[in-house]
Amino acid sequence: MLRASAFIIRRELRLALRRKGDVLNVLVFFVVVASLFPLGVGPEPNHLRAMAAGVAWIAALLAAVLSLPRLFAADYADGTLEQMLVSPQPLIVVVLAKAAAHWLLTGLPLALAAPVIGLQYDLPTDALGVLLASLLIGTPVLSLLGAAGAALTLGVRGGGALLGLLVLPLFVPVLVFGAGAVTSTLIGINPGAHLSLLGAFLAVSSLIGPWAACAALRVALD
Amino acid sequence: MLEATALACERGGIRLFSDLGFALRAGDLLRVRGANGSGKTTLLRTLAGLTRPAAGEVCWRGNAIGDEYRREMLFLGHAAAVKDELTVLENLEFASRISGLEISEAKIKNALECLGIARLADLPARYLSQGQRKRAALARLALAPAVALWLLDEPFAALDDEAITRVSALCAAHLAAGGMLVLTSHQDVPIEAPDARAIELQG
Repeated sequence: MLRASAFIIRRELRLALRRKGDVLNVLVFFVVVASLFPLGVGPEPNHLRAMAAGVAWIAALLAAVLSLPRLFAADYADGTLEQMLVSPQPLIVVVLAKAAAHWLLTGLPLALAAPVIGLQYDLPTDALGVLLASLLIGTPVLSLLGAAGAALTLGVRGGGALLGLLVLPLFVPVLVFGAGAVTSTLIGINPGAHLSLLGAFLAVSSLIGPWAACAALRVALD
Repeated sequence: MLEATALACERGGIRLFSDLGFALRAGDLLRVRGANGSGKTTLLRTLAGLTRPAAGEVCWRGNAIGDEYRREMLFLGHAAAVKDELTVLENLEFASRISGLEISEAKIKNALECLGIARLADLPARYLSQGQRKRAALARLALAPAVALWLLDEPFAALDDEAITRVSALCAAHLAAGGMLVLTSHQDVPIEAPDARAIELQG
């Protein structure tokens, strides 16, 4: 099972390497959205510091939603998904591997780029670290729950917009605790509680997300 | 070994066929015929375990469809499952690994040779013609002779005469070695088989 997920992840990474645009688009989108806010609301440092975490997290959510429709769509269109379903590999392994590859290609780069965004907003160093940590714990949730959303909207016309409507409400807890962790650091409160809740949410979504995605994929290919 | 009993399938609320039953043993060839929309593809997808039948069941060695069945079955549908970004070789490597076969590069090259596309091995699939793409998909037949049951949906579509001969020879060898084959086709391609049958689906 581990071998199966390893070669699926390797294949996803290889595919991404051959069409770098898809990965870069998401990252550039994240950076651009997060950089537009200071231009819109003005350069008042206290203002910016207070809204930094919220902006970074919302930009990350939108970037994730932008990337999610592609999670299964290409494999669905060319028949690869069908082959995965009739293969002896458990479907849950396929879904988990694809979600992991999605995180490596979107969540991880977003998290690593976030401290740079934080600098634009004049965040102090400890808050930058917490922002990075919150994104590292929180973005896998986007891939896991997003996989379920992507599977549910597979083959639906205008599925991208529907996917956003479907998964963004599910991302609310991640946004609240993720941004909350950074904000509490700014006012001198230990962010541990927020990060722990984020971790708990990750644990729950790693159970629910792939399972729901499997059920939805079976229906989509019926 | 493959048994379908009282099978009925629906598509979009329309009953395609009902009370369909057959049993396949080693060396059997089953041709599925019928007009467009009569349910040939649906029947094959039902046998592959992708589509749930409205009634009846499919059994393999007396058991319901499960992991054991999936290891012993190869399904090739309309979609070639060939990725544009990967080379022909990489595509086949992934296809065989996902179906649980560990296969060396030399073996894959042999399979490509079997389908007459060995020189395309390192070409990204993006540059393949429709027929070459189909050949690349069908090269899996040459990789999986030991897989007991082949379910092929329109394997001869988009192929030229030379490729049709190559594929029918592969099918005949598979049947002679005790394999089973279910295929849908509009062309009546001759395949040597110890026991050949046909079912006609009424649209």
